[in-house]
Amino acid sequence: MLIYEQSRPGRRAFAQAPKAAPELSGIPQEFLRREKAALPEVSEMQAVRHYTRLSQKNFSIDTQFYPLGSCTMKYNPRACNTLAMLPGMLGRHPLAPELHSQGFMSCMYELREMLKEITGMHDVSLVPAAGAQGEFTGVAMIRAYHDANGDRARSEIIVPDAAHGTNPATAVMCGYKVREIPTLSNGDVDLEALQEAVGPHTAGIMLTNPSTVGVFERNIAEIARIVHKAGGLLCYDGANLNAILGKCRPGDMGFDVIHMNLHKTFSTPHGGGGPGAGPVGVSERLRPFLPVPMVARDGYGDYYWLTEKERPQTIGKLMAFAGNAGVLLRAWVYARILGREGMIRVAEYATLNANYMAARLRNAGFQLAYPERRATHEFIVTLKKQAKELQVNAMDFAKRLLDYGYHAPTTYFPLLVPECFLIEPTETEAKEELDGFVAAMQAIQKEAESEPDTVKAAPHALPVRRLDDVRAAREPDLRWIPGDRC
Amino acid sequence: MPFIPHTEEEVQQMLEAIGVASIDDLFDEIPAALRAGNLPGIPDGMSEMEVGALMHARARQDGRATCFIGAGAYEHHIPAAVWEITTRGEFYSAYTPYQAEASQGTLQLLYEYQSMMTALMDMETSNASLYDGASAVAEAVLMAVRGNRKSKSKRILMPRTLHPAYRKVAHTIVRNQGIELVEVPFDMTSGQTDQAALAAHVGEDFAALVIPQPNFFGVLEPVDALTDWAHANGMLAIGVVNPLAMSVLQPPGQWGEVGADIVVGEGQPLGAPLSSGGPYFGFMCCTQKLVRQMPGRIIGKTVDLDGRPGYTLTLQAREQHIRRSKATSNICTNQGLLVTAATIHMSLLGADGLANVAAACHANTNSLVESLTALDGVENVFGGPAFHERVLRLCVPPADVLKSLAAHNVLGGYDLSQDYPELEDCLLVCATEVRTPEDIDNYAAKLSRILVAQGRAKCPIEPKFDQ
Repeated sequence: MLIYEQSRPGRRAFAQAPKAAPELSGIPQEFLRREKAALPEVSEMQAVRHYTRLSQKNFSIDTQFYPLGSCTMKYNPRACNTLAMLPGMLGRHPLAPELHSQGFMSCMYELREMLKEITGMHDVSLVPAAGAQGEFTGVAMIRAYHDANGDRARSEIIVPDAAHGTNPATAVMCGYKVREIPTLSNGDVDLEALQEAVGPHTAGIMLTNPSTVGVFERNIAEIARIVHKAGGLLCYDGANLNAILGKCRPGDMGFDVIHMNLHKTFSTPHGGGGPGAGPVGVSERLRPFLPVPMVARDGYGDYYWLTEKERPQTIGKLMAFAGNAGVLLRAWVYARILGREGMIRVAEYATLNANYMAARLRNAGFQLAYPERRATHEFIVTLKKQAKELQVNAMDFAKRLLDYGYHAPTTYFPLLVPECFLIEPTETEAKEELDGFVAAMQAIQKEAESEPDTVKAAPHALPVRRLDDVRAAREPDLRWIPGDRC
Repeated sequence: MPFIPHTEEEVQQMLEAIGVASIDDLFDEIPAALRAGNLPGIPDGMSEMEVGALMHARARQDGRATCFIGAGAYEHHIPAAVWEITTRGEFYSAYTPYQAEASQGTLQLLYEYQSMMTALMDMETSNASLYDGASAVAEAVLMAVRGNRKSKSKRILMPRTLHPAYRKVAHTIVRNQGIELVEVPFDMTSGQTDQAALAAHVGEDFAALVIPQPNFFGVLEPVDALTDWAHANGMLAIGVVNPLAMSVLQPPGQWGEVGADIVVGEGQPLGAPLSSGGPYFGFMCCTQKLVRQMPGRIIGKTVDLDGRPGYTLTLQAREQHIRRSKATSNICTNQGLLVTAATIHMSLLGADGLANVAAACHANTNSLVESLTALDGVENVFGGPAFHERVLRLCVPPADVLKSLAAHNVLGGYDLSQDYPELEDCLLVCATEVRTPEDIDNYAAKLSRILVAQGRAKCPIEPKFDQ
């Protein structure tokens, strides 16, 4: 039922707005709205009940195991939310003077310093709003660097074929052509293909490490050498930073720029699809180009903003203000609670959980995509055998997992592994949860063999059964229209 | 070990199952030369109690000054229920609804959001959000260049009355694709976009004209004339609006003969706290014709196998995970949680509630302007009609005045000289519905004292811009 169905003319949550509208003095009639907007008219309790009930139709980390690969769905500590939402933090206007902002700015400064340490980069800007904006920032800085050197022939960004879709889309937004290079059957980048791809037209390469196929790119030093020798720069997609936190640092691997997904590694909430935060770290040569504003500290220990004035070579602003500050505050709380030891353990236990699940699933007869490789914080199972022999594919397994109370892993990504599940358990899951997921997979396998239709028609226990996506796209119904039956 | 549930015994069992001796063995594919030290620059961990005490102290340190700054972020009352429900774990800790059957809560809410935004803007379609108002303008520019079939131009007319930060952000995001943003000056008397300057561009090829309503100065633009002018000259009309203002002002779908083509803006006034500038959300609506050019997530209503209604991500052939380098944008995650808040906020206020809030903001700003311009040395600058924000000229440089006011816990407005050298003594002020008559009296009293103390309160103000 839509909120609109509970709407009655004249009904309102009367406690929530000034009772009477004063006249809009000084505004001529032609500027005014003639008919009021068709928003729902409901009581406060109706709205509360409606949205509470809607929330109950969601799977979430707080209610289910959510091993969505490449998304790092770990526990979002409640303290991060409560403390970021203290009135003093929530009420600060983005343009408040520095005098009234020292508390907030000190958190931002400390977060920036911690991110520098973790990544081994020389400087960090906290501005980008999400991973994709962080990627954009990285490639835009690479372009600004080449432009500043008068090196305008560099027109291509190299992207491995396993890369996330945002990588090629970002390169195009920065005015580059995309050149894809293949991945070897062992999951590493094809160095020969890379060597052939680079040249005076190479602006840089976008790389995720551990890669999107869930293995550590062992030749990273050689990749860095090849790209740097050709005059290109290395851009690190930080989607998988959770796997290496405290174990190795992108700065030490030779990367020139990295973006971090704080909503993954630093456990800020995913919020049903954002808000994220995608800070960028850079090597010395890209430092002048970082986006503004950035917090700095003077000799007296006072914090102040760095803007275009202090950073004349900056690529500029990416957001109206200083980025997703509330997300950054949550990340700061998380980082302070974890501290040095806690951070190192993130990668250790995320990796332990992934390797344990991989081992158990393999022993249960499931096929790993890269059985000879060590899993990182995630790994891939391919269900191509089930699809071929039983006509039960990865999507069917995914939907049936929902019935068992588990959110499905990432399906059909990366595209180069057929019928794949990308599984990322994260460090905050207990062993019995992992065992439960393996048991569910075994049970579904049995069902696929004995009663495949049960699996193919799944889910059965959710608010809706499988949805008609084709109809949704062919006859788009994108809004409720007044007068519609709901 | 914060947040890690493993017992020592379990770790041993798990290592045995994997067939390794220690956790460290799991990292044996990382070349030894790349192994990091133990992060000496990271402080020791803290308990929740300790970090809580630190955060409380820092929040207190920033105080609770009375805010008269608007400039794109507005302090409004947010019903308690909005964030109580928004931060329920089922909304807070879910992700993008890739598994539609397990995400009907978020998906239906987003469909309701799209319905409410299209109603508020009187437009045909809405997406499920972008990052913020500024980046939404950039996306609208890219969309107009792709979507305007009548124009081959990569040039956009962008008025100087648009928020300066939005103009900067748009420049950062679109310049690498060879798109040029051509500035349109404003009329010094009215504070509106200079239509004579616009007329000078007749006959040139532009993809779109950007039309802010209200503009950065709070002044109302002649949106009907501007929209029709854009269409008459083969351009798309991109509205950039304050969504709260649209509860009382003519919505973009009704501008001119046929309405605006694309509408974007900052969603913050709909339930997002000031929060140092984010997270907020950008919204985007457009005509049916342009929907396949739209960036970001879009939710559609469909049916399940039993014919029951359900909601799903749709028109995904526009997006990066399908189209990769040919996508409409690289955007992936947007600002879902803020949209959750906005949807609940709009449900609780309704059209009447939003209109009452908008009118109360307008009345408070009028009353603030009246109190302040009654002082010697303060005058109203623009004659055009305005909504809820106003430009005042002082007889002394605003930077010093603002500093003195801040010392009295009054954040007196935004110093326009930073972005507009032609408005060097000018201040942008705003009083939303949360400001009381006492707040306004206090501001006037403090300002009066500061101007007197500066010894120049009696200075005659000459109009600096003879028209």
